[in-house]
This record gives sequence, structure tokens and C-alpha cells, in this order.
Amino acid sequence: MTVLLAIGTSKGLFLATSGNRVDWQVSAPHFPMTSIYAVGIDQRRGAPRLLAGVDSSHFGPSVATSDDLGETWSEPDHAPVAFPADTDASLVRVWQLTPGPASEPDVVYAGTQPSALFRSDDGGRTFALVRSLWEHPHRPDWGAGFGGQAIHTILPHPADPARVLVAMSTGGVYRTNDGGETWSPGNTGIRAGFFPDPFPEFGQCVHKVARAAGDPTRLYAQNHGGVYRSDDEGSTWSSIADGLPSDFGFPIVTHPAEPSTLWTFPLAADSERFPPDHRCRVFRSTDAGASWSALSAGLPTEPFYPTVLRDAMCADNATPSGVYFGTRSGEVWSSRDEGESWVPVAAHLPDVLSVRAVEL
Amino acid sequence: MTAVTVLLPGVLRGEAAGQSHLTINAAGSLRTVLDAVAASWPRLDRRLRDERGELRRYINIYIDGDDCRRAGGLDTPVPAGAEIQVLPSVAGG
Repeated sequence: MTVLLAIGTSKGLFLATSGNRVDWQVSAPHFPMTSIYAVGIDQRRGAPRLLAGVDSSHFGPSVATSDDLGETWSEPDHAPVAFPADTDASLVRVWQLTPGPASEPDVVYAGTQPSALFRSDDGGRTFALVRSLWEHPHRPDWGAGFGGQAIHTILPHPADPARVLVAMSTGGVYRTNDGGETWSPGNTGIRAGFFPDPFPEFGQCVHKVARAAGDPTRLYAQNHGGVYRSDDEGSTWSSIADGLPSDFGFPIVTHPAEPSTLWTFPLAADSERFPPDHRCRVFRSTDAGASWSALSAGLPTEPFYPTVLRDAMCADNATPSGVYFGTRSGEVWSSRDEGESWVPVAAHLPDVLSVRAVEL
Repeated sequence: MTAVTVLLPGVLRGEAAGQSHLTINAAGSLRTVLDAVAASWPRLDRRLRDERGELRRYINIYIDGDDCRRAGGLDTPVPAGAEIQVLPSVAGG
């Protein structure tokens, strides 16, 4: 087997490969001195396509693609993601690049700051604004979190191209069931502790949502305070935080085949963004959040302070599934046994912003 | 129509086929000059300006040595034969 692990950092994209998910070869940075908040690996075509949201503090944001595993990259002359003139908006950053369903092999979605959804029909080379969401009457009331106001999660339904879920900070979850003609909020049960009404229709600061493989109606969410599951594709949510040391954190990751298995990396609290008890631990549930186990074999045992950001944790599609996370202190860890044990992939990288892994 | 010269920093020359100097036939404002640059080198232009046509925050442009932001911004008049220098500002960590 060969597994490719794409590591987006604040100073470039590193590509790591391994034949056994223990020994890793890590490339020099692609796009040095740019922030890679979004990385995607699209396996719906003959050669996998890498997609990278490349954000230069000087020269602005863009999206680059590679069909040869990073040997060469291409980028169109005109901005691949840009707001139309009548919106009077400009792209700050691409936060998410998500391939569409298998039945639409050329569709790729981009989530951006300011909060907007873009759709590509040419495999991620060029994108167009999804106006129905941009023109949603709630949009003037969507707020900005510390990281800015952005759509950071896009979950196309694996079998029904008309159904897509997005999540934003702040604003919460929105869904379309009609191919993007209309969008409705899906936040019932998700707490927004920073509002006088803690259960508003929308406005939540949902940090990340993941869809269960094999059961597309089941979703898991890591909220800004609160960990939730939905069994009705986002219509209602219930807490699955019992058993975790904290309900705060950023990432939430689902198993590639088992709908009841998921991982998270909690932080102590909004006001204490260190791992609980300063211990480096991944938490896994194999019963859809009814119970949780701490996993730390191979991880650092000394006091541990780094954060794992919302897209800096992922699973691959191998069997058994590999799990990966990167920290803001530039460490990357991998597990080839679904979290039971961990080995280092890299250390001393820039802040890790995003990771994605696939078996090639 | 008169010619002006646009000087590019090394990091941007790849967007203009490796050239360090562009001779641009345009008259009027800095915006007009950049619009002419965009016609030939659209990817270079979007490194300098966003889709609203605004100069990116950490891009500085000097017209005959004067910072355009201290003049009229993109509306600054560009005299015939001017030298327009593009410089990334000091930023980052």
C-alpha cells in the first residue's frame, strides 16, 4: 500500500507518503510562505487530483491543482474563486475544498471567507458562486468568529447530488435538498452559549461536522462548546459529550466505513485552549458517541499544550483506517490501527492547518 | 497612448514570463495602467489586486519613487514615461 498524507501548514503544503503508515517520507514545502487552510484529494478520476487552497498574505488567495501528486501544479490565469462584481465582496481565503459525489466526478465545492459556497464543474479548476446561499436572508446576521466568517465544512450527500450540507462559523449548519435552490438552517438542539437565547434557529459557532460513512443521515458535530449527533441529516441534534473530558474542541472525524466510529481531539474549554489535563489524547467512540475511549499509546507523555485545528485531523480510506492529526506546534502524528497506537510523521513544521490522507 | 515601465520584484516575475520590466502602453491613472497589465498578464494582476480591483494590503506600488497610497491610490495620475515599481511590503512572521 501507499498512503499519501497532505499536510497544509501556515508556510506551505507538505506531502508525506508511506508504505506502511509507520515510516514516512515528507517532501519539501510546496507553495512555501503561503497558508494552506484547505487541501483536498479527489480520487474520482484516473489519477488522483490534489487541490490546494493557497493563501499568500501578500498576493492573495488562489486554488491550485495537481494531477501528478504534486510534481507539477497548475493554476488558471483568472482567479479560480472570485466573487462576482455585483456582490461587492472579495475573497479572503478558501477554507475548504470538497469533491462532490461520485455521480458528479467534475463537481468540487469550495467554502470561503467571507461565508460563501462556490461550485466547480471542471474538477476544481474554476468555481462559481452559489448565489442561492449568498443571497440567503439570514446572511446579514451571520457573524465572525476569531478565525473570521467562513464556510469551513461542506458535506455533499454521497448518493443524492441535490443534497448538500454546509457549516459556518458563525451561522451554523445549512442544508439544501433541491440542488441548491433553497437552503434551510439545521441547528435545532445545538447550543449557542454566547447568545441570550442559547438555542437560536441559526448563529451557532459549529466548528466542524462529519458525515457517517454508510449512513448519510447520521452526522456528528464539534461545536464551540458541545459535541452532537444527528440521526436525521441535521434536522435535530443531541449531545454526545458525556464521557469526553471536555465538550470544546475543533475537529471531528468519522471512520471511512463504520458509521458509529469517530474521533475527536478535545480542548479543555473556550477559555483554556489546551488539551484537558495537558495530556495529548485522541478520543474515539465506536458506538456513535454513547461512550468514549482515550487513545494515547505512542503520543507524547509530557505536558502537552498545542491545539489541533478544525481541519488538522482526518482519517484515510484504508483498512484498518489510519487516523492523523497535526498541531499548531508543527507536529504530525499517524495511527495505522484506528487510533490504538501512534507514530510521528513529522515535527518542527510550521503550524498545521489541514491534513487529508488517502490510500493511493 | 504613452509607454510606462512597470518594474516587478523577483517573486512576481514568473507571472510575466520571467520579465523584470514590462513596457505598458497606457495613459491616465495607475488603475488604467494596471488594467493594461491585466489584459496581458491576468495572473500577475490578481496577485496585485483583488476581484474588486482594490490593491492588496501588502502590495506597495511606487510611481517615480512615490508611494501611490500617499497620493491618490489607484487614481494617482501616471505621467508619460513613468517608472512604476511594485514591491511587496514587509509583513509576515
